Amino acid sequence: MSASLRVMNLTKKFSGLAVVDNISFSAAEGEVVGLLGPNGAGKSTTMKMITGFLRPDAGTAYVAGFDIQEQPVAAKSIMGYLPEGMPLYPDMTVGSFLKFIADVRGVDLDLYDVFNLRAVVNKRIEDLSKGYKKRVGLAQALLHDPDVLILDEPTDGLDPIQKRDVRALIKQVSQKKVVLLSTHLLEEVAEICDRVIVIAAGKVMLDGLPRVTSIEQVFAEIETEGMDA
Amino acid sequence: MRKIWIICRRELGGYFATPIAYVCMAVFVIASGVTTFQFGNFFGYGQATLAPFFNYQPWLYAVFLPALAMRLWAEERRTGSIELLLTLPITPMQAILGKYIAAFMLAIFSLILTSPLWVMVNLLGAPDNGVILAGYFASILLSAAYLAIGACISACTKNQVICFVLTVLCCFALNLLSLTPRLDFLSNLETVSRGLIELRTVVYFFSLIAFALFANTVILELKRAD
Repeated sequence: MSASLRVMNLTKKFSGLAVVDNISFSAAEGEVVGLLGPNGAGKSTTMKMITGFLRPDAGTAYVAGFDIQEQPVAAKSIMGYLPEGMPLYPDMTVGSFLKFIADVRGVDLDLYDVFNLRAVVNKRIEDLSKGYKKRVGLAQALLHDPDVLILDEPTDGLDPIQKRDVRALIKQVSQKKVVLLSTHLLEEVAEICDRVIVIAAGKVMLDGLPRVTSIEQVFAEIETEGMDA
Repeated sequence: MRKIWIICRRELGGYFATPIAYVCMAVFVIASGVTTFQFGNFFGYGQATLAPFFNYQPWLYAVFLPALAMRLWAEERRTGSIELLLTLPITPMQAILGKYIAAFMLAIFSLILTSPLWVMVNLLGAPDNGVILAGYFASILLSAAYLAIGACISACTKNQVICFVLTVLCCFALNLLSLTPRLDFLSNLETVSRGLIELRTVVYFFSLIAFALFANTVILELKRAD
């Protein structure tokens, strides 16, 4: 089955307020899709529903044809996810954490060198720098070579060199995958995304090529609308 | 089953990564000794029996087991790792059982640490070891039930202290309720610890465990966004 992601009419309300409002889009193999939007736009909530962490109030997502609501285990097994803020297990060592993830996913662990983690295998995650934590987070998302990769702000908090490395890595692994990543950074979208989806107030405002000028225009409109409201 | 065991192993590692497991077990063993010899008047009992030890178990468990259960989900919520765990290819029930079994194994291990009492009572006299075994069985049933309640409450909050206090209150309430004739499950346990394992007692505890674990899945589902 080829890598694909289809999001259909996803809706999520918190306390009666729609945080994600009827969002639909799809992505095919080899596509890197950037999910862009201001804070509170619904990017992370959308990702949490696609990955099966949150149950949507309406709609669903298909991961390589598997409905995340009806076949969650099958869908999750071919999906890699880096949640926002890298909530890893701080009391575990890097080695035991990645072994745990590999065991759950039923794969062999052979990613230390790809992510330059050999030197910190026996270090506890809570003692790692932010850059290393991000690498561990990316390693756990990629160690089963998933068809669909969901990355919530993958370069947030990294220094410029680390950002460059992570972007290069995403580009490198995206050939045979669908990658959906959220970010605040326009230059990141322009650099690594094939397509951009701008969302604001839970709605899709733009779905198209990652041209900085058109994105900036949409953001200006969002800002104006926000001020009018 | 494989995935439950993987989750269980991680959870056990989590217990021993901090001093919490060691402290809980040490306190439990010391408190068991104090209640057996001081309050249970072991030497004044006049019989080779572990009844003074088993009589105080429900009250010890009401404090010890909430301390073991409090981290099960509250810690996952606090660190946010619940998002990572529940987006792995496992069912919520596999996660719940893996964590629950880890806490249960720790409780059983703590109980095993009290086995010198059993050795001692055999050295001092000729106890009915069948009755003592039944007592341990009753103790295991009770710990399984209180841990299931603790796990369920742990799924409600990010705060381990709140979880601990609520679970202690719940376990004490169950102990006190047992003073009323209709809900007298402690006397059921007493019957077991006298060597008579009644089906209704076993059904009662298994129902309590099943209900608490089911409630755990419901709470986990309802409070994911929190």
